[in-house]
Amino acid sequence: MTVLIPTRLSTANLDACPSTTTAAPSAERFVLRERGQREVFCGLTGIIWLHRKIQDAFFLVVGSRTCAHLIQSAAGVMIFAEPRFATAIIDERDLAGLADCNAELDRVVTRLLERRPDIKMLFLVGSCPSEVIKLDLSRAAERLSREHTPRVRILNYSGSGIETTFTQGEDACLASLIPELRRTDAAAPKSLLVVGALADVVEDQFKRIFADLGIDSVAFLPPRKAADMPAVGPNTSFLLAQPFLTDTARLLEATGAQRLLAPFPLGAQGTTGWLKAAADAWNIPAEHFRQVIAPAEKRARAALEPYRLRLAGKRIFFFPDSQLEVPLARFLYSELSVDPVEVGTPYLHKQHLAMELDQLPETTLISEGQDVERQLDRCREAKPDLVVCGLGLANPLEAEGFTTKWSIELLFTPVQGYEQAGDLAELFARPLVRRTRLEV
Amino acid sequence: MQLTLWTYEGPPHIGAMRVATAMEGVHYVLHAPQGDTYADLLFTMIERNKKRPPVTYTTFQARDLGGDTADLFKSTAWAAYERFKPEAMLVGASCTAELIQDDPGGLAKALNLPCPVVPLELPAYQKKENWGAAETFYQLVRTFAGPHAPPAGTKREERAAGTKARCNILGPTALGFRNRDDVKEVTTLLGELGIEVNVVAPLGARPSDLARLGNADFNVVLYPEIAGQAATWLQRTFAQPSVKTIPIGVGATRAFIEEIAAISGVDASRFLTPDASRLPWYSRSVDSTYLTGKRVFVFGDATHAIAAAKVASKELGFTVVGLGTYSREFARDVREAAKLYEVEPLITDDYLEVEAKVHELQPELVLGTQMERHIAKRLGIPCAVISAPVHVQDFPARHSPQMGFEGANVLFDTWVHPLMMGLEEHLLGMFREDFEFHDDAAPSHLGPSKGRQPSASTEAAPSPAASPTTTEAQTQLTETLAMSGWSLEAEKELAKIPFFVRGKARRNTEKFATEQGIATITIETLYDAKAHFSR
Repeated sequence: MTVLIPTRLSTANLDACPSTTTAAPSAERFVLRERGQREVFCGLTGIIWLHRKIQDAFFLVVGSRTCAHLIQSAAGVMIFAEPRFATAIIDERDLAGLADCNAELDRVVTRLLERRPDIKMLFLVGSCPSEVIKLDLSRAAERLSREHTPRVRILNYSGSGIETTFTQGEDACLASLIPELRRTDAAAPKSLLVVGALADVVEDQFKRIFADLGIDSVAFLPPRKAADMPAVGPNTSFLLAQPFLTDTARLLEATGAQRLLAPFPLGAQGTTGWLKAAADAWNIPAEHFRQVIAPAEKRARAALEPYRLRLAGKRIFFFPDSQLEVPLARFLYSELSVDPVEVGTPYLHKQHLAMELDQLPETTLISEGQDVERQLDRCREAKPDLVVCGLGLANPLEAEGFTTKWSIELLFTPVQGYEQAGDLAELFARPLVRRTRLEV
Repeated sequence: MQLTLWTYEGPPHIGAMRVATAMEGVHYVLHAPQGDTYADLLFTMIERNKKRPPVTYTTFQARDLGGDTADLFKSTAWAAYERFKPEAMLVGASCTAELIQDDPGGLAKALNLPCPVVPLELPAYQKKENWGAAETFYQLVRTFAGPHAPPAGTKREERAAGTKARCNILGPTALGFRNRDDVKEVTTLLGELGIEVNVVAPLGARPSDLARLGNADFNVVLYPEIAGQAATWLQRTFAQPSVKTIPIGVGATRAFIEEIAAISGVDASRFLTPDASRLPWYSRSVDSTYLTGKRVFVFGDATHAIAAAKVASKELGFTVVGLGTYSREFARDVREAAKLYEVEPLITDDYLEVEAKVHELQPELVLGTQMERHIAKRLGIPCAVISAPVHVQDFPARHSPQMGFEGANVLFDTWVHPLMMGLEEHLLGMFREDFEFHDDAAPSHLGPSKGRQPSASTEAAPSPAASPTTTEAQTQLTETLAMSGWSLEAEKELAKIPFFVRGKARRNTEKFATEQGIATITIETLYDAKAHFSR
């Protein structure tokens, strides 16, 4: 096999990208919009990582047995300690009006907080049933907050499937935090806010790089402790670390904070572009920037190289799952010479993904939403070398002869930043390598 | 509202999926919001099914709630029929769709689909998974076997001389605990007895097979939680008796064979030999002496829990110190069984209550579900899994039945294996201060020790979602172990007792001290308590 596609974007090109100004609107590219069966998780699933990220927060889903079953199934049931999430299961007494839902909720919350005195922040998480019966969780949160202040702050958001898919749950959760953040005024010093849950190790790496660049005031949302909520205001610039934070970004912008236009920090180029956006906003000289990032960037490129040789020219097909699909396809295409056939995403935010979309080849079909049966037909027709999909589809596709990568792993593995670039590439290479090893 | 951390059963539509997925030629159209498709992964990841469950979801969203969700259901049902051309279609609603009251059954009827449609009414806010499976199976059986029912009161025709007796095997589903292997084991056993298997259902059956159910002479109900209701109807409608014994354990397998012999008139005497299973001899073998009186806590679905308690007590010589179930529908049977062991039955689906009970009883072995496996791991107690809810590990590659004589062999191995072996246990007791006999030392035959709380990541299948969470558990354990009222010497002496009995020793000693009004526990108190509680 000849390697058809060289690495597409040199560092020089990326450095030249105007990162703090609005990108020129690219020619409108075709997007296939589907409205059929969606084989995606609902927003409740985000609780699985969020409850570990904020160490003194608890997530109480107000929903049905299905909600409880979903979370434990998606979490693989296998969590040894008592988790920091639970479900208040609505039963027929609540629905028949025999029990006052609000009184019931108060009782459950009180019992919960007695059991867990370590909890400082409680999220009441709305679900499909709570939305349909119009249980007002924002009023419940206000009422309960008054009762439990100052010990526990009680917030609410919706992770319901009728309103959110998978990672939109994190967006809704973070958006619920924005009104809580302390406001700074125009006299405040310039500060950087990194938005989106990242693995602790990745956060620490980014902190060190920002410090070396000379950006001292850096905060992360969500923080690891409820008490460490960052402040925001007109002198805050924020970088999105995840591509699914539409509402959070909108609410941050409403506080006067500015979103820095950047790619997402996946791979060597993505990370450089992401850091560069901050460096430019802080007027850090290009030479100093290069000096700071060069060792890590070089390591990342070296780590990617063996995977590039292995993956170059492979055709990849993304089923919609986490909204990470477009940035991942960008990474695979421009850094590993993989050919994206179709990139499906549950929801396409064109502004946030502008820099990524621009880099995808014309031949890549972008699809938004889903009609899973039709998409499976397209996938079978396209015969890709690797299919990225959810857990419900992976084994059936393997049984049909496709090589698959579980998309959920891309959210539960540290993949952002230079030091993880090789790990990210390895996640895609492993299923292909595995196929070559097995002789049975 | 009920505060729930983990649930033993999913909602009732999951039960319907277990039946639909087990069968061939059936398609289930489920009115449900997006997100409810998570259920597919139970089958594709936990059971490693090669096919997606035969389920189409409407996956409605907020924007659809304006009134056209009924249309969405209709177009989805049509599209599903067109694509899959099933022999029969199940239609129903999940919890959210139940609230919007679109009536999938009525809508499907209006569609006049070119295949039989079985509407399912599964009240999601009252009932749970096993009930949903039982109801679904019952409705399918009624729909397809019903038209072949003889007039009420008709007696069964005598079997023609020289023809084999025929039976149905009822109850195995997708995601059932070892159902795959039990069916194979029981089918083989029936074949050896000279009984012909007419239909196995739901597992592997088509709707057309259900139509033939009436051709059997009797029914073997392997899982009453799933097939009890259908079997009762078949008994009433076709005058088919049911074999009630669940062949788990040597004794129950013998009773099962005898019951079948009585119903079918076959001579089963040559199958009732002592050597049919290795369990009886292994249990009598002197190396098993150390199993005597091991205190065991049993929890699971009613069928498996009752059977496990009996095997533990009568075939392995354990002492049952606790027995419970999450199957409320079968609570009465478990209460009856609990009387045999003079224990308080635990009927609950609250995981926290089960955990508290295990903590209180400090058993030496837990026989439970995956939930109890976690409880036991946290408390450092050996555990074997005997019942659903299932985990990927409950679908072993090898043949590993629970039923029949081979099933009894499997029970012996899987329940005895996690225990510390007799001589090793003695050595640990004698030489506590040996540097390799630290608290985290696991039985040597279980391989290198990873400590008593293995990292979550090694257990994270089927999804990699579990995070390292042991610190919380450790904190709790440390708190539990914080000593008050103990003299330093007594505390040290206590530490010489192996960890797997130390919790019990400590609790007994403290109880003794409280009863005797002793303020500070000394070494003397420790041994006084030991003598007091010795059996």
